[in-house]
Amino acid sequence: MTAMIDITNAEKTFTMHMQGGVELPVVRGVSFQVEPGECVVLSGPSGAGKSSILKMIFGNYRCDGGRIGIRHRGAVIDLVTAEPRQVLSVRRSTIGYVSQFLRAVPRVATIDVVAEPLIANGFARAKAREQAGALLRRLNIPERLWALPPSTFSGGEQQRVNIARGFISDLPILLLDEPTASLDAANRAVVVELIGQKKRQGVAMVAIVHDDEIRHLIADRIVDVTSFAAAA
Amino acid sequence: MSEPGTLVQDDQPLLVADHLGKNYGRLTACRDVSFALYPGEVLAIVGESGSGKSTLLQLLSAQLAPTGGCVSYRMRDGVLRDLASLGEAERRFLFRTDWGYVHQDPAQGLRMAVSAGANVGERLMAVGWNHYGRIRDTASSWLERVEIDTARVDDAPRTYSGGMRQRLQIARNLVTEPRLVFMDEPTGGLDVSVQARLLDLMRNLVSELGLAAIVVTHDLAVARLLSHRVMVMKGGRVIETGLTDQVLDDPREPYTQLLVSSILPV
Repeated sequence: MTAMIDITNAEKTFTMHMQGGVELPVVRGVSFQVEPGECVVLSGPSGAGKSSILKMIFGNYRCDGGRIGIRHRGAVIDLVTAEPRQVLSVRRSTIGYVSQFLRAVPRVATIDVVAEPLIANGFARAKAREQAGALLRRLNIPERLWALPPSTFSGGEQQRVNIARGFISDLPILLLDEPTASLDAANRAVVVELIGQKKRQGVAMVAIVHDDEIRHLIADRIVDVTSFAAAA
Repeated sequence: MSEPGTLVQDDQPLLVADHLGKNYGRLTACRDVSFALYPGEVLAIVGESGSGKSTLLQLLSAQLAPTGGCVSYRMRDGVLRDLASLGEAERRFLFRTDWGYVHQDPAQGLRMAVSAGANVGERLMAVGWNHYGRIRDTASSWLERVEIDTARVDDAPRTYSGGMRQRLQIARNLVTEPRLVFMDEPTGGLDVSVQARLLDLMRNLVSELGLAAIVVTHDLAVARLLSHRVMVMKGGRVIETGLTDQVLDDPREPYTQLLVSSILPV
């Protein structure tokens, strides 16, 4: 296959043991592919399972069935059956994930939060920080904030730090969960630019965006998640 | 999603538990535990008091003999050996050099009446270092690494705060460059602000040194921050296991869901 992501009949149900074992089917029959350099946007109303699908592709939620094929280091690996260490390997060198919220470690400076994925992949600290600085500058985070931990930043600033951290690596797959949600127009434009750049580098992306204008600017294809609805 | 540091890729496990169990008469403290730990991997064992997690840690670190199953460890010659079959010299090598053991109570892992420098230096002397100047320099540089003011190198740990004692215990353990560190509730009994600092420090050291670690904790936040993988224990059994974020974000077992849902929001 040439696809970077090849999902076939993936499904997910939550069993809520704390609520008397209620079964909460989330999605069923999830099937789509993403090619290199393509940005697929998931659409559907809130609660349709868009974020769950992203989490399944990242190996954060465990699937109850189906297959999630990921092209990883020249071979295809099925995340549904992969061992934990294989999932970690996929996350380190193949799939990046930009979540809606930054989950930062207390005390770690912003510049290091952003540089960390590069350092984890063997970059020298100085080089990684240089790239982190360039990205932070591009996302309009003033240099005087770089040495501070991002926990005290505004929502928009935290999200930009999160984006910088997600975009810094050269990973062939990127998952974006509302990357522009709390950003102003200027910063939204920067994110659109960054996504365009990743496309030209051949990165395969799956994104959730509620803003119609942004969706129009970044989507090569739209996958309607309501067709995977598991309820009823 | 923040993740623990780099995981060294290595296809040979460092430690293997095979159907490990421990009974005290008719009481089962721990039963049928099997897993493999790889170099550079951090495994958290979580569960409430009495779940068997501390017994398991003692079995894994050869402080208790199992009543069933075995633990094997890959020695530096690359051969996987059953811990029960090791000679006294090999056991000593593990305890003094290749392993670290961080106790919840630093007083158990430190000598409280001798200086901080001597606490760190002692492990080096035990492996044959005999140059006083080099031992002192190495001890000082380790105190710096764990953020202890080197002006305090000659003070005994009983004059230290709880957080400093715990950092000193970590320095004492890591100075011999072990490949595996066992930690028993390493942040238990510390103030929250002190915990955060210690966690951050441990997280960095583990990833910089490529250490493998087995951390027993009842605190899921500690597991989230430090570990790649989690094993949830209840009634002496491992009831759920997986990547840390999978188990915490998508818990499957009723007991794990209860644990996760019991975290108080801040």
